[in-house]
Formats: sequence, structure tokens, C-alpha cells
Amino acid sequence: MYLPDFDYYAPDSLAETCEALERFGAKAKVLSGGTDIIIKMKSGLLSPEVLISLKKLEDLKKIDYVSKKGVVIGALSTHNDLVNSKILNDRYLSVSEAAHNMASNQIRNIGTVGGNLCNAVPSADLPPILIALGATIKLVGTKGERVMLLEDLFTGPMKTVIAENEILTEIVIPDQSSTGSNYIKFGLRRSGALAVVGIAVAVTVNGGTITEAKIAIGAAAPTPIRAREAEKFLQGKTISDDLLAEAGVIASGESKPISDIRGSAEYRRDLIRVLTRRALYKAINEGHV
Amino acid sequence: MSQVITDKHGIQHYMITINVNGDDYTRVVKANTLLVNVLRDELDLTGTKKGCELGDCGSCTILLENKPVDSCMILAIEADGKEITTIEGIAESSELDKVQEAFINNGAIQCGYCTPGMIISAKALLTRNPHPNEKEVREAIAGNLCRCTGFVNIVKAVLKVSEETNDKEVISNE
Repeated sequence: MYLPDFDYYAPDSLAETCEALERFGAKAKVLSGGTDIIIKMKSGLLSPEVLISLKKLEDLKKIDYVSKKGVVIGALSTHNDLVNSKILNDRYLSVSEAAHNMASNQIRNIGTVGGNLCNAVPSADLPPILIALGATIKLVGTKGERVMLLEDLFTGPMKTVIAENEILTEIVIPDQSSTGSNYIKFGLRRSGALAVVGIAVAVTVNGGTITEAKIAIGAAAPTPIRAREAEKFLQGKTISDDLLAEAGVIASGESKPISDIRGSAEYRRDLIRVLTRRALYKAINEGHV
Repeated sequence: MSQVITDKHGIQHYMITINVNGDDYTRVVKANTLLVNVLRDELDLTGTKKGCELGDCGSCTILLENKPVDSCMILAIEADGKEITTIEGIAESSELDKVQEAFINNGAIQCGYCTPGMIISAKALLTRNPHPNEKEVREAIAGNLCRCTGFVNIVKAVLKVSEETNDKEVISNE
């Protein structure tokens, strides 16, 4: 299986990258890890005339903790960089675990976080937990940069708000007021499987009361979604098994899953009901895991 | 940026240098040349196999900067300046590596097509973690599909290497 011809550029700086993207416009695509775009080019789904490689942008390959800002993840960090990051293992193990449960070791060594987010596949594993933790992203273009919530990035399957001359440079997980968080993926195999659904929650518990809850669900709608009604329902309530079960029912009702090869819409809704309850229970009892 | 030559059809060719199994090789490639094809067609290193060519089967697994990756989904030009180990570089001199020996002795090779990739993945695991448990072995080779379904003996072979690895040896090798 061979690739069609294309021109290739590997700019030395972020500014040059954005200028190249602006110059080539719709003809160009960004090449990060390539685990998605190379396959799409092989199968003829994409045929860009130009690939702009990000391989020289070393600054975007780091994961750091920056005081008063949070955990800063460079967009070119590979999935295995997340898996092996001590900073993430110590603070948000779920983010490392979400990366660990993706694809295979070979792909985790190539594929990048930025690529995973920009591809905007509804079943992607990283968006739910990052959204639940209130992550922000930075988009840099020729006319400057903008910072926004990750949940505002997605507009549809494989569609985002990123302009042609922009690239995603970093993801920031802010310091948390929440007391617990986790991500539960339901896949049909332990490895190499896309999520049938993926549920992430972050809760703030004070005494026996939930003061705030965030629930983010993948593969339940055209984009990763927040279960806002379930979140509102939980706010200010005293924790009980019935409360968490009811939140699961509400979250399930808010979701708009489709039937596909991995599961029917009914099955997905039932998974969301059960897994939301379990994720909440775990976040309340085990903290940030 | 590596040297670029544009041919009369306007197609760009790039000079790249990759280090494969300890030797530097300089080749002229097109932007769309895949790393697996440079290894197999240009360097005659046909131990690296092509199976699905979509990153699912792991037959084309190589070590890129000591990490297992699928060479069917990496552009050769993206590997410019990098270090690569293929199955041909696993054995030192004329002796087989102990992972290779263990595969033979434990019946872990059936048709053999997945074996080079399997051994690369196993080798990468054992270098990082000389004494993995069964779950860790299965996870490390989850991106390598054996269509003969001989996974039990493959796992057994990798665990055998771990069993026979003397910790002092591991430390002295580092």
C-alpha cells in the first residue's frame, strides 16, 4: 500500500509552521504522529497536496507542571509520554490510564495527544477525562493565539473550530478544586479497541455533599458531551447510592448515541447509565485516580 | 532540512540518513516513501514484514530510538537522523538473541510471519522490564497479531527469557 505524492515541509518554528499553513490553506494538512492521517491517505480518504510536519517543534513535546497554571501537556507528547509521565501518574492517573488503554504500544509510541484531539473522533479516549478536569487548549495561528476550553474545540465528528492557519500547541489541566476524578472506558477488547462509550467524571465533595460534579461522555453523541442535567441534579445533594444511580439515569437520557458495529444505541445508553454511577462512586471514594 | 532535489515532474526528493542496526545509511527518498519500504526495498532488510499496512497487525514493528513502532505508518523522511533496530539487528554477531532462542525452544513460531515483530516487541519489553508478569507480556505484544493464534507459546517464550535472566547480568549490561 503506497501513498500518493505530496510536498513535505518541516518548519523549524511555530511561526513558520503557521505561515506555511496559511500559504497552502486547504491544500495542506498537519502531520503530527501520522497514525491517523497516513492511514487515511493510504485508503484514499484524504489526499493533501502538502504535509506540514511538526517534528522539529521540540518545545511541544514536554509535559510540565507550572505553578498556578497546572499540568501543561505539549501537543506533540505521545500517548506513551502520558502513560510514563510522573507528573500525570502522581496527579491524574486517569489521564495516563486513558492513554494506556488506547490502540497498541507501537501506536502509543507514535500517536500524539494533539493529533488525538484535533482528529475529533467521537469515541476518542482523551477528551472525556480532560474535559471533566476542565482542561484548556491553546491554538496558535498567524494572527496570534487563543485559549479556550477543550470542550469548545469540537463541532462534529472529525470537525473542530481550528482555523486553517492554526495549530493546537498545548493542553493545560488546571489545578483542581475537585476532590476526585476518573475515566471508565468500555471497549470490546482490552487492547486495540475504540470505546463503545467512555465516561469521565470529576466531583467536588464537601462532607457528605456533592458541591460540584462534571460528567463528560465520549461516543455518546457527534462530539464528546457534558451531561449537564445530571451535573445540575447532583449539585448540593447528599451522597447516597440512589442519588448516584439517578444521576446515571439522567446522564443516559441526555446522551444521543448511534448504533454502529460496536454497539446499538440502546446498549450504549444502558452502558452510560451504569458507568456514570460507577465513575461517580469511584471519584467520591477514591479521589483523583 | 535535508537536501532537496526536484525532478522534472516537480516531485521532490530528499536526502536522508538513518542509522540502522548500528550503521548509517544515506538514501534519497520521496516524501511519500514509507520507512518499511526503505528498510525492505533499499536496504534489503526483509526480516521486517508487511501485513495489514494499516498499523493493526504489528508485522512491521521495528525499534525507532529504542521504542517499538509500526514502520508501515511512518514516513522515511520523518525518521531522518534517527536510530533504528530491525530484527536483523537483534542478534549480536552470529549468535541468536535469547529471545530468539526462547521462541525456537518453546514452539512460539508457527508460520513465522508475525515472529520478527513479536520478537521486537518482546525485546523492547524485556529491556525496559526484565521480569514482566503474564499480563505485561500480553499487553506488550497486543499490537502484534499472530494469525496462527499461537499466543500461548509466545507468552511462554517471553516469560522463559525473564525466568532465565540473571539480575546481575541485566545490571552489568546497562
